[in-house]
Amino acid sequence: MAELNICVCVKRVPAPGARINVTDDGQSVDTANLGFTTSPHEECAVEAAVQLVEEHGGNVTVLTLGPPQAEEQLRYAASVGTQRCVLVPTDGDDWDPERTAAALTSAISNLEAADGPFDLVLFGNESADSSGYQVGIRTAHALDRPMVNGLKGIEIEGETVTVRREIDGGFERYEFPMPAMLGVKEGINLPRYPTMKGRLGAKKAVIEEIDADGAKGGLTKAGLRRPAEQVSNTQVIGSKDDIEAAAEAIVDLLVELELT
Amino acid sequence: MTVLVLCDHDGGTIADATLEGLTAGRALAERLAAPLHAVACGELSAESIATLGTYGVATVHKAEHEALSDYGPDAWADAVVDGASASGASVVMACGTDRGNEVLAHVAARTGSAFAANVIEVTDTPAEGAWGLTRSRWGGSLLEDATLAGTPKLLTQAHHSVAADPAPAPGAALVQPFSPELGARATVTRVVDRDVQAKGVTLATAPLVVGGGRGVGSADAFAPLEELAQLLEGAVGCSRAVTNNGWRPHTDQVGQTGTRIAPELYIAAGISGAIQHWVGAMGAKRVLAINTDAEANMVTKADYAVIADLHQVIPAVSTELRRRGLGSLTS
Repeated sequence: MAELNICVCVKRVPAPGARINVTDDGQSVDTANLGFTTSPHEECAVEAAVQLVEEHGGNVTVLTLGPPQAEEQLRYAASVGTQRCVLVPTDGDDWDPERTAAALTSAISNLEAADGPFDLVLFGNESADSSGYQVGIRTAHALDRPMVNGLKGIEIEGETVTVRREIDGGFERYEFPMPAMLGVKEGINLPRYPTMKGRLGAKKAVIEEIDADGAKGGLTKAGLRRPAEQVSNTQVIGSKDDIEAAAEAIVDLLVELELT
Repeated sequence: MTVLVLCDHDGGTIADATLEGLTAGRALAERLAAPLHAVACGELSAESIATLGTYGVATVHKAEHEALSDYGPDAWADAVVDGASASGASVVMACGTDRGNEVLAHVAARTGSAFAANVIEVTDTPAEGAWGLTRSRWGGSLLEDATLAGTPKLLTQAHHSVAADPAPAPGAALVQPFSPELGARATVTRVVDRDVQAKGVTLATAPLVVGGGRGVGSADAFAPLEELAQLLEGAVGCSRAVTNNGWRPHTDQVGQTGTRIAPELYIAAGISGAIQHWVGAMGAKRVLAINTDAEANMVTKADYAVIADLHQVIPAVSTELRRRGLGSLTS
């Protein structure tokens, strides 16, 4: 077949460490002390796309809907081997899933009208921050393409894509013709780190912008809050000063819990 | 007006998670003074139908079509849409598993309705207009208060947010077969085959998990953790830092993007306890942290802690088990 044309949709999300705090107005995650990253499932989707193109030839477009700063995530994708960066700029607010899907549908349609159809459009299984579990599926439905979520394996032969989805103790296999859309899960691969050459190249990558929007949907965020703090009075049962005593205390605990 | 719950099943046996969906659905049905219905795609076993009755389901709408012989998100969503009409549903819900969220998202795309995934609690159910609810974000470490518009209301109950609880007055579910109209994609996105290896102890169900983090240091350094897990017939888990370093396969990862565990005891060795990891581990009944850093997040959240180097402590625990004649390999 001809070379592959793949689109990967990614989302810029905060990279939390030990704790997530909420801003005083209760509307968003306080990112004052947090970095940002590509949502983990989508980082794997980018890697999957790059690997498919390495194997079959073609190119990868990375598409993100987000604030202007999401350019950082597009450049990161470019640094690990994608060819084209497209930003659908927002006002910085979190768009609801229906609005996001409508805007992405329109952006993908615009890209396809200009440069031909994508064989595959990849999404992450769900975003790390809002975890709506629906933007990819809504977009697939609007574009009338098959989509399966939760994928940990993708293979292409001719016009057919074969995918594997993890279930308890094994895998389910699906097989369908392209064009198709796939929801990727972390674990499908181990994303590579950018090389120095990749980083330098990514600095020069062109960020294309497409204006796209959709109608506001019916799920409306009122506010964010932290769940009630779990109070834990940690009982220290051993220290480095006496490893044998620590081991004895642990075994006592295992016996008490009937785990031996 | 009914509350309709999706019955997830493989080969006719309903999934455990569905019982959580039914429990949450029944609470909502009582609140709305509406009957509880279920929708199933394909054949259910007699035992499963009986179970639906014990959970308070009055009617189960059973979609019959040759394309429903195995799971497929498009076929199931088409059938659920028709089942919702047949039932007269004002709420369509499922348990928030991968499959439950997938099917409900496909239903939402078809009906053009809003969908709230992983709801913890429905807080407000006015007869007209949007409902109030609380849903889970970041794997449960953050809560979102939101409103959900549309008819019927589409939502999933966050997995593990309610305990499965049969109805106080169990009944028998009436089986109401119907023939759904399936779209063109229904036969495209369907399971072709499965590769299932019967495994002994799985990470998700193990009564004891020995987890290692960045502090373990290398792939080889997991050997003492494996030995201890084997002695205690438990499973080895790890943090995302470990899988990102390629020290362990992703199937061993405990966390938001890995496996949610629920053991009696989780031994977290050399794990700092980032949110990503904690949300996968917080289902553990008890946590024992082994860490050189007494201020580590994992230590402050744990029930028990040993402030020492895991490379010394873990082998010492195995030695002590053997000395006492405990553990699976010494019995």
